[in-house]
Amino acid sequence: MVSTSENKNYKVIGTRPIRHDGYDKVTGRAQYGADIKLPGMLIGAVLRSPYAHAKIKSIDTSEAEKMDGVFAVMTSKDLPRLGDVVRGNSEESGSEKHLSENVMAFDKVLYKGHVVAGVAAKDQNTAFEAVKKIKVDYEVLKPVINVDQAMAKDAPILHEDYTGDHLGKKVKNSNVAAHARHEVGDIDDGFKKSDLVVEKEVDMQTVHQGYIEPHSGTAVWDEEDRVKVWTSTQGSFSVRDSVSKVLDLDVSRVKVTPMEIGGGFGGKIPIYLEPIAAVLSKKTRRPVKAMMSRTDVFDATGPGPGGKVKVKIGIDSEGKILAAYADIRLEAGAYPEAFIEAAAKCVFSCYDVPSMKIDAYDVLVNKPSSAPYRAPASPQVAFATETVVDEICEIKGYDPIDFRLMNVAEKGTRTALGPKYRTIGLKECLEAAKNSNHWKSTLDSNPSPGKKRGRGIASGYWFNIGFKSSVNLSLNPDGKVALTEGSTDIGGSRASIAMQAAEVLGIAAEDVRPSVVDTDSIGITDVTGGSRTTYATGYAAYNAAHKLIEEIIEKAAIKWDISEDQIEYSDGIVKSKTDSELKMTLKEIADDPPGGPIVSSASVDLEEAGGGFAVHIADLEIDEETGKTDVINYTAIQDVGKAIHPSYVEGQMQGGAAQGIGWALNEEYFMNEDGVMLNSSYLDYRMPIALDLPMIDTIMVEVPSEEHPYGVRGVGEPPIVPPVPAIGNAINDALGLRLLSTPMKPSRITEALKRKK
Amino acid sequence: MAENKVKKVAVNTKINGEEMDILVDPYVSLLETLREVVGITGTKEGCNDGNCGACTVNLDGRIVDSCLVLGVEVEGKNIETVEGMATPDGLHPLQQAFLEEAALQCGICTPGFLVSAKALLDNEPDPSEERIRHWLAGNLCRCTGYDKIVKAVSKASKESK
Amino acid sequence: MIKIFLPYKIRETLGVPTEIEADGSNLRNLIDHIEDAYPGVKEYLVDEGKLKPGMSAVIDGKTTRLGLIHKLDNVSEIHFLPSIAGGSE
Ligand code: FES
Ligand code: FES
Repeated sequence: MVSTSENKNYKVIGTRPIRHDGYDKVTGRAQYGADIKLPGMLIGAVLRSPYAHAKIKSIDTSEAEKMDGVFAVMTSKDLPRLGDVVRGNSEESGSEKHLSENVMAFDKVLYKGHVVAGVAAKDQNTAFEAVKKIKVDYEVLKPVINVDQAMAKDAPILHEDYTGDHLGKKVKNSNVAAHARHEVGDIDDGFKKSDLVVEKEVDMQTVHQGYIEPHSGTAVWDEEDRVKVWTSTQGSFSVRDSVSKVLDLDVSRVKVTPMEIGGGFGGKIPIYLEPIAAVLSKKTRRPVKAMMSRTDVFDATGPGPGGKVKVKIGIDSEGKILAAYADIRLEAGAYPEAFIEAAAKCVFSCYDVPSMKIDAYDVLVNKPSSAPYRAPASPQVAFATETVVDEICEIKGYDPIDFRLMNVAEKGTRTALGPKYRTIGLKECLEAAKNSNHWKSTLDSNPSPGKKRGRGIASGYWFNIGFKSSVNLSLNPDGKVALTEGSTDIGGSRASIAMQAAEVLGIAAEDVRPSVVDTDSIGITDVTGGSRTTYATGYAAYNAAHKLIEEIIEKAAIKWDISEDQIEYSDGIVKSKTDSELKMTLKEIADDPPGGPIVSSASVDLEEAGGGFAVHIADLEIDEETGKTDVINYTAIQDVGKAIHPSYVEGQMQGGAAQGIGWALNEEYFMNEDGVMLNSSYLDYRMPIALDLPMIDTIMVEVPSEEHPYGVRGVGEPPIVPPVPAIGNAINDALGLRLLSTPMKPSRITEALKRKK
Repeated sequence: MAENKVKKVAVNTKINGEEMDILVDPYVSLLETLREVVGITGTKEGCNDGNCGACTVNLDGRIVDSCLVLGVEVEGKNIETVEGMATPDGLHPLQQAFLEEAALQCGICTPGFLVSAKALLDNEPDPSEERIRHWLAGNLCRCTGYDKIVKAVSKASKESK
Repeated sequence: MIKIFLPYKIRETLGVPTEIEADGSNLRNLIDHIEDAYPGVKEYLVDEGKLKPGMSAVIDGKTTRLGLIHKLDNVSEIHFLPSIAGGSE
């Protein structure tokens, strides 16, 4: 671990305690979304469109309704029809309408798998049989399934009623939901002065987050019009908001209890089945649980946008970057939002460039509505930029780390969107990469006949959001602390949050017991996403712990009848500053404190955590005959700010790298021209298995964030950004081939080798 | 309407050492039988088509994807699930190693990995990294990149010796 | 004076220079001053007495969470930008 912070004497932070929820998770006791069973519960199932683009002419549910064991059938007629919520300009227009249309189609289906009707029945089998009896009359339309098709003249239009925003102009009848631009400096001048200009366009296929737990939703709609929802989600409060909007209820009528979550990576922020289960429950007055199959998950949730990104970079004769231009076209799927602003923020984020221009297009296509996928849109743009940078180094003979260091973004560097960076640690990551054993080792480029090896390096960025979080603490009579919070725990955040409270209180991590509670039991807490949880909810825990100490001192003052400023607290002991006789442990003060139990709560609404950067090094071995690529060595280097629980930080780095490796080499939505995904199973959507990967070495660099008392930055997202270009650059190193499309699968490699000959 | 009514089948089986009689629909998988009929939900569903291993159980000493086995097929058999790994005296060394090595993030894949890995260590007390990766190739994990899982299995193998 | 940078599309639509200058004790007040110099800008930035949904203000590198009541002491530059969706772990 490389650390730039003077090593503060932390007692809890930086240690590796067993996570509090671990025991339930290794014994099978933990209850995930599909594990819930309520008395009298019915099973819900949905009918999904077989077409990627069609008008719904009519739906006949009568046969299904007549079936034995069927309790209710619903269509979008049972949902309130939300109007276009035009909030000022068109940026946000229609978002509530789209939210509800994505739950269940009203007039048109926009992707294969779009829900058109739902059923509640006594068991799964009956529900499936009933769904098959629903008859839908469609008028099938031609779909558009990539940005080129969608942006072509005379392309079929997904949303005739939608007003797009093209650089401030309102445009109807276009599949481009938005065209945004950012400009810093004068790129024409920059390119004119350049000694070398390199331009590349990459083409990324749609991918899926691939979390192992499929979505589910369970709901009870009671006689008082209160809706209780149990679901596996990254944000119980965002589910509450979304469900209340779709059902047109006040938020307080909806209570969401988060179940344990079996992976999300951004894909478990949207809602899907929850409102359907709720409406079916309203019709039956019984609990209803609906679950997705793996194929449903691929067909109708996620995906991470595919698209095309063109990047052009000019350098002077010394190797200093003078100008950079990007044209970014990303697939929003069926409804707007392809994360183009994030793409613009990330595309040149690793470099100090005096002039930049970015054109970004949010493009509607007949695919499921895109969801965030770990650093949304950053891998797509990094692939283009980092490939161009590698090509510049190749042409000019620069060492790829030295070139990056020469152009490195640092504190004070102006970013493409305009603002300057606060303290960031990219330079430290590049230096750590340069000093790593991996980079210093040599790679045998031709280990055996027919096999070639290559090494690639790339950097990447994510900006780490802040937002709202709340934490409650309560001191138990045994001197231990109960902590309640609203951030669902996908990968050890109960531990990283509890550890921050424990550090403040000077007690062991195990003595703070964290619980993730429902939306009625804690203040608003934004999603577990954007790499914000350990930062923001951890910050709230830090503040709540300080307030708890104030409470403890206040009660001790009453008990001892001395003034509060005579009292100090450290490491679980409250004592008088002057009288050494006056001293209590937490257990002693917690035993019947004057004026009631000792509790505290805190909430925050934070700015960004300070950007997170990662640098990855990949070594590949490629079989020239078959094109099979093995990752043989891999090192992930990242500025993590401050690692609260280093094991789970390493885990985020390794997991992100593994997802990125899958994205680079295998994963894609393989669609036919009708917009039907042909590989919607784990057999054919090939994610990395244990055998595909080497050990992933991690180097944690700690440049503390200015925004957090312990210097925490988000760590979940940066590690998925560098792998795709690092692997592309390694393939080029091995074979002298620039593959510009993902996935860089064996057939692409062998074809490119053939073309090269 | 007259549905073709399929009769449930009585099955006698042993789950985690406990003998039981259950009634199952003949078309229902062992996975659904465990979760819905027996009511133990530690065994997870990730795909229901034999490609993720989240539903792995041990059937008479062999590991199987319980989504690919019918409930009626387990008559007279011995099934071990994740719920059977810990004893009143404590966790199985693999469970302990998974906790210590942080080999789980979301934890949905963990029951499947534990059951698979236990079958490996039952037969091969000291597997190599290569062997562990081969053995676990049928279990998908999307969170960890497998690194810490492989290390945990290796650690448990050393400690249980 | 504080340097102000408006989003491309506002500059383009209203013909505002890339970089302008304005003063204000808080963000609300600053926007009023911008509006005086460049009529029409406010409508893009403010809605129902709040910073417009979908719009964010980055004050010396930090995106404000307080919005229009954010006090401006010792500020050198402010960027108004479309707010960014996304995020995952
Ligand atoms: S659920 Fe059985 S293998 Fe995936
Ligand atoms: S820990 Fe989440 S899938 Fe393995």
